Amino acid sequence: MGQVDLTGITKSFAKTVAVKDLTMTIPDGAFVVLLGPTGAGKTTTLRLIAGLEKPDAGTVMIEGREATGLTPAQRNVAMVFQQYSLYPHMTVRENLSFPLRSPLLNTPQAVIDEKVAHVAQTLQISDKLDNRVTALSGGEMQRVSIGRALVRNPSIFLMDEPLSSLDAKLRADLRVELKQISSKRGATILYVTHDQIEAMTMATHIGVLREGELVQFGPPRSIYESPNSIYVASRLGLPRINILPPQALGLSQAGVAYMGLRPEHIVQSRDQAGGHPARLQRIENLGDQIRLHLDLEGHELVTLAQMGKTYKVGEVLSITARHPLLFDVQGARVYQSEE
Amino acid sequence: MAEIVVENLHKAFGDFVAVRDSSFTVRSGEFFMLLGPSGCGKTTTLRMIAGLELPTSGRITIDGQEVTDKPAAKRDIAFVFQMFALYPHMNVYQNIAYPLVSQGVPKAQIKQRIEEVTQMLEITPVLRKSVSGLSAGDRQRVALARAIVRRAKAFMMDEPLGALDAEFREHMAQELRRLHDRIKATTVYVTHDQLEAMQMGDKIAVMNNAVVEQLGTPGDIYRKPASLFVAQFIGSPAMNLLPFEGAVVRGDTQVNLVDHCFTVPRQHANHRGPMVLGVRPEHVRLSAEGGLPAEVRAVEYLGTSQMITLASDHGLLRARMDAHVPIKVGDRPGLAFVAETISLFDAHTTRALPSDLNRESETYGTG
Repeated sequence: MGQVDLTGITKSFAKTVAVKDLTMTIPDGAFVVLLGPTGAGKTTTLRLIAGLEKPDAGTVMIEGREATGLTPAQRNVAMVFQQYSLYPHMTVRENLSFPLRSPLLNTPQAVIDEKVAHVAQTLQISDKLDNRVTALSGGEMQRVSIGRALVRNPSIFLMDEPLSSLDAKLRADLRVELKQISSKRGATILYVTHDQIEAMTMATHIGVLREGELVQFGPPRSIYESPNSIYVASRLGLPRINILPPQALGLSQAGVAYMGLRPEHIVQSRDQAGGHPARLQRIENLGDQIRLHLDLEGHELVTLAQMGKTYKVGEVLSITARHPLLFDVQGARVYQSEE
Repeated sequence: MAEIVVENLHKAFGDFVAVRDSSFTVRSGEFFMLLGPSGCGKTTTLRMIAGLELPTSGRITIDGQEVTDKPAAKRDIAFVFQMFALYPHMNVYQNIAYPLVSQGVPKAQIKQRIEEVTQMLEITPVLRKSVSGLSAGDRQRVALARAIVRRAKAFMMDEPLGALDAEFREHMAQELRRLHDRIKATTVYVTHDQLEAMQMGDKIAVMNNAVVEQLGTPGDIYRKPASLFVAQFIGSPAMNLLPFEGAVVRGDTQVNLVDHCFTVPRQHANHRGPMVLGVRPEHVRLSAEGGLPAEVRAVEYLGTSQMITLASDHGLLRARMDAHVPIKVGDRPGLAFVAETISLFDAHTTRALPSDLNRESETYGTG
């Protein structure tokens, strides 16, 4: 396992700049999740490390070794894609053993058996080991392709939305498994996803990309609690952070154009002096959370219902802000002195 | 506006039964979700309502009129698919106008109706643009506009947001629901995404293996799952399920799992044999003393809340708690469950046992 350093990486496709002057260190043993909407440069970054793309400028170092000019095979990286690529004529066991059978590795059969059995157990496919992969469901095939990466011992695992095709229950199970694999084996992982729950729960570090640039890098908690822009703040949090003009809640401060409110920044009550009236437009019951859609004098505001309270559409709540995040007119964070 | 009544709808393709004996009513103006995993029969059900597929047996009425064997064109229904098919050689205006032109609606009226609908969907600025240059969101809006402009009796939507990325999908889901609140057209919407169903639906029919497992509001389906399938399919992560062997007697408010006793909603029937106790992650609490012994295996930070994975004698459990509750891997807390939220299931039939939780109306006679 090892550290990966990207320095000044730029990559364009025709007129589109996919990755722009990207400098990022993936520490040894870290689980780094790249977050950003479609087109932000996440997958391109992953492919640059894999050696599937060549940068126009900049260097890729893997375990302290310059890798920019190396082929994917020379880099000792293991990849898992959203679309599984398995050998259809082989069984699950043969597919999982395949990476270990390389003549270069010369792995003893007993070691192969043990690794395959272990990985199969982790991914809950032990009973499918002797099935042909063509007889598997989509979810099972994806687990086999994750398994095929896990039997190896690469410098870094590169994963591109590996869980997005699985159902919710399996996704939740595999999130915990992948996290344990990273912490127990000390594996270095770079992981691309759209799914903020995956990012929050698995990452040791999150890198937020915007139009090919790395705009913030840090532990999930700091990305969530102290985002440096509206863009970053909008990447994490369910429901999404509310962005309002500060005047909507009676705040005004020089240089502040927007106020960001997560549910924990919103104090609601029915008889609060000095609060701002917000009419309850819609109640959205998602089971584990109940979202309240409020109309605060023409601004839409989404927050969470408080435990044990009942609400009625049309009623008016009294709202105040508690330590909201503040932003300037460009959407950059304005830091408060008391924070 | 139209009520859709589906009675004993059945569809077989050769030996394969795609939809088995389904009955439900979509009320006028309702946003109705058909939810289930792939292959459960939800799309076939939708296609039968739309008239794109004929049922093997059963009956469909729209607005009081039987339409079971009527072709799609005679049903006055608008369809929105996952891959929003727009005519690439026409501009936005022509795309939206097309269904009206082919119906022979006078030009002046077409213009007025398009103005109305494009304002509602905020696509007026792109009206004269070619559809090939549009963003994904605008393409979706044009497809919706084309469906809405017809003023059909009902809308059928087959995973219309399926191809979008998570962030944009959430945005469009809200937009779609807001639109529904304005035009209040009866909508039947197919999805495999439980969150989407919970978020947008007035009512959800959860389908599995060709049958409707449960029909209800999002809140009811979440709180009172009628079967083990629903308990696992709805909610992320799923409901915790603890299998046990035992007996309950009508009126019981406690069950024993091996050496641990749990308070449960009052039971309405006798049952003996293998059962399953179900509790949602947010109803698992740390108890100050006693409780079910468990060890913390993983803590997942989620911002407002955190997800705790715990190992117990009854398998792995998940608990959702406020993010500020101090807890770490290796801790050995005792667990308590919020009694009035617990469901019991018959392990053989997989159906929920009747109790105060899911039979409130029976208990209190309020219907």
